[in-house]
Amino acid sequence: MSKYVIRQVLILIPVLLGISLVLFTILAMAPGDPFEELATNPNVPPEVRANLRAKFGLDDPIAVRYLRWFVSMMKGDWGFSFVSRVDVDTLILQRLPTSLFILGSALVLGVIIALPIGTMSALRPYSLFDQIATTFAFIGFSLPTFFTGLVFILVFSIWLDWLPFIYRADISATGWRWYWEQLRQSIMPIAVLGLFQGATLTRFMRSAVLDVIRLDYVNTARAKGLSEKTTVVKHVVRNALIPVVTLLALQVPGIFGGAIITEQIFRVPGIGSLLINSILANDTPVVMAVTFVYSALVVLSNLVADILYGWLDPRISYR
Amino acid sequence: MDEKDLRNLIDDVKAGRLGRRAFVQTMIGLGLTAPLAGQMLASAGVAHAQAGKLAYKPTKRGGGGALRTLWWQGATLLNPHFAVGTKDQDGSRIFYEPLASWDPDGTLTAILAAEIPSVQNGGVSRDGRSVTWKLKKGVAWHDGKPFTADDCVFTWEFAADPATASVSIGTYKDIKVDKIDSHTIKVTFNKPTPFWADPFVGVRGMIIPKHLFEPFKGAKSREAPTNLKPVGTGPYKFVDFKPGDVVRGEINQNYHQPNRPFFDTIEMKGGGDAVSAARAVIQTGEFDYAWNMQVEDEILKRMEQGGKGKADIVAGGNIEHIQCNFTDPTKDVDGERSSIKTTHPVLSDPAVRQALNLLVDRASVQEQIYGRTGVATANFLNEPKRFASKATRYELNIDKANQILEQAGWKKGPDGIRAKDGKKLKFLYQTSINAPRQKTQAIVKQAAARAGIDLELKSVTASVYFSSDVANPDTYTKFYTDLQMYTTTMTQPDPELFMNQFTSWEVASKDNKWQGRNITRWRNEEYDKLYRAAESELDPVKRAALFIKMNEMVIQNVVVIPVVFRPRVAAVSNRMRVEQSGWDSDFWNLANWHREG
Repeated sequence: MSKYVIRQVLILIPVLLGISLVLFTILAMAPGDPFEELATNPNVPPEVRANLRAKFGLDDPIAVRYLRWFVSMMKGDWGFSFVSRVDVDTLILQRLPTSLFILGSALVLGVIIALPIGTMSALRPYSLFDQIATTFAFIGFSLPTFFTGLVFILVFSIWLDWLPFIYRADISATGWRWYWEQLRQSIMPIAVLGLFQGATLTRFMRSAVLDVIRLDYVNTARAKGLSEKTTVVKHVVRNALIPVVTLLALQVPGIFGGAIITEQIFRVPGIGSLLINSILANDTPVVMAVTFVYSALVVLSNLVADILYGWLDPRISYR
Repeated sequence: MDEKDLRNLIDDVKAGRLGRRAFVQTMIGLGLTAPLAGQMLASAGVAHAQAGKLAYKPTKRGGGGALRTLWWQGATLLNPHFAVGTKDQDGSRIFYEPLASWDPDGTLTAILAAEIPSVQNGGVSRDGRSVTWKLKKGVAWHDGKPFTADDCVFTWEFAADPATASVSIGTYKDIKVDKIDSHTIKVTFNKPTPFWADPFVGVRGMIIPKHLFEPFKGAKSREAPTNLKPVGTGPYKFVDFKPGDVVRGEINQNYHQPNRPFFDTIEMKGGGDAVSAARAVIQTGEFDYAWNMQVEDEILKRMEQGGKGKADIVAGGNIEHIQCNFTDPTKDVDGERSSIKTTHPVLSDPAVRQALNLLVDRASVQEQIYGRTGVATANFLNEPKRFASKATRYELNIDKANQILEQAGWKKGPDGIRAKDGKKLKFLYQTSINAPRQKTQAIVKQAAARAGIDLELKSVTASVYFSSDVANPDTYTKFYTDLQMYTTTMTQPDPELFMNQFTSWEVASKDNKWQGRNITRWRNEEYDKLYRAAESELDPVKRAALFIKMNEMVIQNVVVIPVVFRPRVAAVSNRMRVEQSGWDSDFWNLANWHREG
């Protein structure tokens, strides 16, 4: 097992290296530079831009720039944003808590929805409850988050005027009012992401429970005279959770991806909106850092899924 | 319109026969900027109108609660001399102030200056080589240190140092700033400069505190902690800043203007898109003010019905226009197309350009596409007789266009396209991808077809089109097509920079990496001569007359075809009292913003 983990971690290094190389090359080849707005402003002489480009090393060949980025990255220096001239790690750390709060809550919401509904559906397959749950699950994961987000805004902010649709990281209120405001502004982004996750997970949960419920040991448990509740909770759900937990780990990067758009719609100042803004501004160091974090996350969650699976189900062994 | 006409108009303003605002609008119609118009009036001794039309009602400082503003692109830094876009200038302007700002009419309004310098009060030297500013006394930085002439001198040193890599270096590099006494500075120019009100004025004029930035001049400028925690003299003090997300400030109890500001806190939230920003102000009222509403007028109007806010529109100097290429975009000479060694086989014929000018249906473009956010302008120049009347109408005249082309020998072929000597009237017409622009292209194409001109439409992603990527053939400065359309900004206070885009030494070419400002590649000796004369002409009226003459040449030769003016549009809550200026930051008059009712 530990050998397997070590091997996987070692494989990570060339994978991340490759990802960073491809990313950097694509970004370097893309048109535009961070000082574009200066180019169309006649008040700013072209020398100013040329000077800035030279100062930030944008005129060097791609290979040189990549090497420079790589070396400083190895030293733990993520560089600084060309646009705000702030260190990239500061920018990311500033926005990480907001992203984690929204994403974590969305994941929890998704699980809270998926576990009971998925299990109930599987216990009574093709019942009315199952039909309704399945329909909603299909709608839920077919609708992209940017669409549900806009519908939510239209209904709850504009028609009903219940909730604000602009998320503010620092609310000026204090005490219980702060919690109230925080709740009001977080409901929509969390619900949009959470419902999407919940819909997908419900389907996973349902099929996992269906697989388990037919097995002999479940019949044995029932034959022993265990109550239905104990059978389901202790024997069925526990075993059905094994594949679901690993799937959950695999889904984490997906949630981050979905969050990019949701953050943009609700103006949540998280990592996703940082990424979008930096892409629009051609702010290479920030784009590199954020996408690097994302790709590391993908690779890592795959690893976590592997390890979790092996740990939860000892029949599977890695060599 | 020559110098004499201008002087007559100024006399009319003096005698009260012509409104100040009407005069300024007229000058803008002639291709001048409002600040230049204001300067003409000032030099003629026309009294300054009371600065700003915004009457400030509150009788005490503070008590206004929170002011919430929305910028759909968040400020990314708060040092005005590093500001990449207007969003950064606006974010900085909450805390920092210049010596003077431009009001909507282009009148200089003193902020940190005790008075506006003029020839009459001895502030502006007669030879145009220097200007002396008297600073307001008793102004303190947010940290309590006094604001003095040293700060102005330092701001100049900071911005002019190439190692600082400031974006305002163009304003400061060729001047010298001396401290006369603790509250007087003298700005010396290296040549006679008719337009002296650029350094320390407006968005590039914000003054930074010497005591906090001194150790960070030059190469270390990025490390200054004050870059992210501004300490200025403005109406609000810094509280918090998250790049790209939010800027927060609180009331400055020691602000140098009495009873101001009104609000206790200010928030400038960034991110999202223009339409939802308009919604948050006009429909739901979550926010009080939103910047730069690049939203179709139809949508704005729908939101305004029964809404909590409205669109606030103010004239600026942005003009959507079509450029004609005077060089051949198809021929490759020494590794570049559109080289000035070639001439355009068809567009070099003035008749063709004149016909094109008659085929642009500006009225429809305004009516069907831009609404209030794009006002049809047939010309930078209007006929002198007509231009006193504001109700100038522009028609497309297909018959006349046909007639002109027919006379010039362009005959219709069997395919309905006119041709002469085997050359067809077929043009490639490019612009950036942007819904209103594609609709405009379609309107022009339709009319052109009826005159036997075939337009092939091309649209390029904005990030490519407006980039200065030397390797990309689709940038607007390369201009590898026959016609192209975009908005040229005339927001700078002085037209000199604006007008250099038609001088022969500014031609964009491979040699200057296509950074030259003359994109049409039109060259004219007389224009060059006029421009040189304007550069050193010290009498503002004579200078304005020169600029107007230059403009006339550009329009008469149909070098460009203006389509619509693009005013500045903001969304403002119905209860808010604000004042925008097309010539300065959105926050130029922030100290006077207040809420009523």
